[in-house]
Amino acid sequence: MYCLVKFAPLFLAVAVSNGWLFGDFVGKQKVLDEISLWPLPQKFQSSAVAFKLSPTRFQIVQAKQSSAGPSCSILENAFRRYFEYIFGDLKKPEKSRKKVYDSDLVELQVWVTSADPECDGFPSLQTDESYELSVDEPSAVLKAANVWGALRGLETFSQLVYEDDYGVNNINKTDISDFPRFAHRGILLDSYRHFLPLKVILANLEAMAMNKFNVFHWHIVDDHSFPYMSRTFPELSQKGAYHPFTHVYTPSDVKMVIEFARMRGIRVIPEFDTPGHTESWGTGIKDLLTPCYSGSSPSGTFGTVNPILNSSYDFMTQFFKEISTVFPDAYIHLGGDEVDFSCWESNPDIQKFMVQQGFGTDYSKLESFYIQRLLDIVAATKKGYMVWQEVFDNGVKLKDDTVVEVWMENKMEEELQNVTGAGFTTILSAPWYLDYISYGQDWQHYYKVEPLNFPGTDAQKKLVIGGEACLWGEYVDATNLTPRLWPRASAVAERLWSDKSVTDVDNAYNRLVQHRCRMVKRGIPAEPLFVGHCRQEYKGL
Amino acid sequence: TIFSAPVRACLLLVVVSVWVQQVDGVWPLPQQLDQSADRNSLSPQRFSFTYGRDSAAQTGCSVLDAAFKRYFSIIFPDFTKGSVSVKTRGCDGYPDEDSDESYNLSVSEGQAVLRSVTVWGALRGLESFSQLVYQDDYGSYFINKTEIVDFPRFAFRGLLLDTSRHYLPLHAILKTLDAMAYSKFNVFHWHIVDDPSFPYQSRTFPDLSNKGAFHPFTHVYTQSDVMRVIEHARMRGIRVIPEFDSPGHTQSWGKGQPNLLTPCYKGDVPSGSFGPVDPTVDTTYKFMESLLKEVKFVFPDSYVHLGGDEVSFACWQSNPNVRTFMEKMGFGKDFTKLESFYMERTSIVWQDVFDYHERIPQDTVLEIWKGETYQAELSRMTKAGHRVLLSAPWYINHISYGQDWRNSYAVQPQNFSGVWSKQKKLVIGGEVAMWGEYVDATNLNPRLWPRACAAAERLWSDEEKTLNADLAFPRLEKFRCELLRRGIQAEPLFVGHCKHEYDGL
Repeated sequence: MYCLVKFAPLFLAVAVSNGWLFGDFVGKQKVLDEISLWPLPQKFQSSAVAFKLSPTRFQIVQAKQSSAGPSCSILENAFRRYFEYIFGDLKKPEKSRKKVYDSDLVELQVWVTSADPECDGFPSLQTDESYELSVDEPSAVLKAANVWGALRGLETFSQLVYEDDYGVNNINKTDISDFPRFAHRGILLDSYRHFLPLKVILANLEAMAMNKFNVFHWHIVDDHSFPYMSRTFPELSQKGAYHPFTHVYTPSDVKMVIEFARMRGIRVIPEFDTPGHTESWGTGIKDLLTPCYSGSSPSGTFGTVNPILNSSYDFMTQFFKEISTVFPDAYIHLGGDEVDFSCWESNPDIQKFMVQQGFGTDYSKLESFYIQRLLDIVAATKKGYMVWQEVFDNGVKLKDDTVVEVWMENKMEEELQNVTGAGFTTILSAPWYLDYISYGQDWQHYYKVEPLNFPGTDAQKKLVIGGEACLWGEYVDATNLTPRLWPRASAVAERLWSDKSVTDVDNAYNRLVQHRCRMVKRGIPAEPLFVGHCRQEYKGL
Repeated sequence: TIFSAPVRACLLLVVVSVWVQQVDGVWPLPQQLDQSADRNSLSPQRFSFTYGRDSAAQTGCSVLDAAFKRYFSIIFPDFTKGSVSVKTRGCDGYPDEDSDESYNLSVSEGQAVLRSVTVWGALRGLESFSQLVYQDDYGSYFINKTEIVDFPRFAFRGLLLDTSRHYLPLHAILKTLDAMAYSKFNVFHWHIVDDPSFPYQSRTFPDLSNKGAFHPFTHVYTQSDVMRVIEHARMRGIRVIPEFDSPGHTQSWGKGQPNLLTPCYKGDVPSGSFGPVDPTVDTTYKFMESLLKEVKFVFPDSYVHLGGDEVSFACWQSNPNVRTFMEKMGFGKDFTKLESFYMERTSIVWQDVFDYHERIPQDTVLEIWKGETYQAELSRMTKAGHRVLLSAPWYINHISYGQDWRNSYAVQPQNFSGVWSKQKKLVIGGEVAMWGEYVDATNLNPRLWPRACAAAERLWSDEEKTLNADLAFPRLEKFRCELLRRGIQAEPLFVGHCKHEYDGL
């Protein structure tokens, strides 16, 4: 508390003179070297005064005034995690750690200010992730409204610590006031084109937390396989997964992912994409998919979900009832992209239905008919929903709180304008399809994207609530996912967290090089940005 | 050579049932492969490798004893018994450019016979044998009745790793050697030093790595590390050819060896920066002589790669001493002077050396790396009577979206205008290059495998039988799953799954 009062005037000065940050560093090269914060905080002030941290003396503790006590497991776990990130695994004795020296900085006090610290809750779209961090002798103080902000602040604190040439941990006198620019900062992983073992997902949740991402968009099933093990319809994964035992996510696996993510302040939004992208569903559920016709007889192949049968909707009702209880987040992603009409067109029953409904030959009306009923089904489970942009484009009536995800890079600005013009919230993933790889430093392209760079009113811009980096799985599995995602996704992380004015690519490069080495040190095989080395290279393999 | 008499490994098998089973073949495709649907079952308890009675190599041949042990656990990962232990030293040679890698493999009821002229051929045959064994749904092992006559199309099938732009930990190199053997690569081109760092710890000039490595202790290859790489490679029939690239690409050398590099000038004064090796002073040649003498001693292969690419002349031109020297000598840069220090060795140089019309010894091997015009370059070089290595179309550090292995696969190394009997034979092989700008231990393996396998097949197999990438696809997909099973972090070719997924991170 003392520290905060002391630095209050300073914060004010920083807030007023926007842009002083980088200009000031030019003259202080030495300080700059030590700064490897990623993503860059909103307001940041640091001096060259350094304090030592001793692994035997330094502690992370709950502040006395904090509403979170020792029973707040989410924080207690985070304290241990960040202590290990800073000092390494203390169970493994290392020479440098035996050296006992005084700690200039005795403790980090974590102070949660709200009456409800949300220790047992889940993060949501409305979660306040802001925090204030003040590092000074003898105690550093991290102040946040709830545990979620505290988690972000702990990450920042750990990034401030650096090793000097003697292996001693140092931290500079620092004041930070930070909050995210966008509320939805997601990573999409696709676990159906290739099955991703649980530990790969968990490791990437770790990496997400290091980059202050807060949404795991789990594109869990699709055409090629159905690895989600449903309690209501176990035949879905029994028949639709690549393998019914080794290539599935059991209910306890899913629970583990959700809890692991919660502990890091990350929401898990599952995607069950229909009516297209459902080939694997059809192997387990008879009559769910539309039989395609070749001339006047069934061809033996199947298309998208059959929208003219009541049984399809009965199935969806039961299925999404399960999903809404398994996944605690307020949102479910319902997909709705890339519906191929050719099979519907070939089927005489569907043709008849089209005539009855007066749809003519406009099959997008049939698609809307299906989606509309599906949305009603999901709305009845009290969940909100996210959809891909086509659902909006096709004029389906959406609930007010629907989040529309813009993924087509072509006419992206126009789409953002239209979606927000219609009053819907939106997230942007179009410029961040990280599965498209190329030679060189493509992170710079992701970094240079400005999400609000489209014509529209201030009210419209406020409806852009964030974005997602997508790593689709055509060419990605456990062997190459993690190095392909990191640190390329880190570029997106900073764009979504930091201030709009943080756009200096050279400065970002210097920080990102250090940030990637930090991820490597923490066991994440993040690939290099360019020629160079890390003090501790990747030890896996 | 020591291994002139045939080596035979008899494989004792027990035959059980006979029914048709799809066999997915071997990568790279053997020259002749005849398989029948008859399948024999293999019992891990009863199966063993033995030396043929008339084999020149017998128990005690370290290369084969170790290979038996290795391949036993590759074939039967769940069993540890039944391996052959190494008792005495023997078969101590190194593979070289003349090594005969051919082998014949005959799998029939009760036994399989592998015949080869040398142990190196036996290694290739063991690899093929291991790829023929498969498991049914109940975990039983089978091998179909098979006849293979096999030999490599090209003698030089290399893979380049760059340990200067990023340091690659020893285990990453050893793992790569394992995977190379699975694809029948036989040359590890170790681009060990370059501008960014000098990780080779020299016995003669320790300051080179003390000052030129990223870190003098954690980011260096000690002499024993180098020995380990060479021995690990030897056991797999792989030659290790180091590259000490000069006179360009030597920035890191200058840190530990004062006065080696040319001081660049800005007007009349030194600018403080340095260019390529200074060719005008005797100390340079004395240094190079000592260093290369050491290299020759440490690396047993008869080849050494001298680089010679991308020399920037700007710094030389700026330096008044260099200009005076050029006038005095009446010639440009005399690369042959450098080369003369190890005339008893065959050297490889990058194409630049040939392109600049320097006098090059006839037995120098030229390596083509420039992408656009490699066919024309092949014509020119072979017309001049030089042996040539092709790596231009196989720079697989260049990544792009999708199945780029198909491009590597489509390369036809002998498809250039020239006389068959004379010129085309001068193409002795090729190399896959994984330059290190964007690659380190975090992403090396998935970026290499299975993409490098495409070139491996092009360099080993009959081109006529292997030009169709669509036909190769299922075989390569199967092979990449086999690589996973063997612990190689090979990335997927496309959507799908393997029975044994990669279980690391």
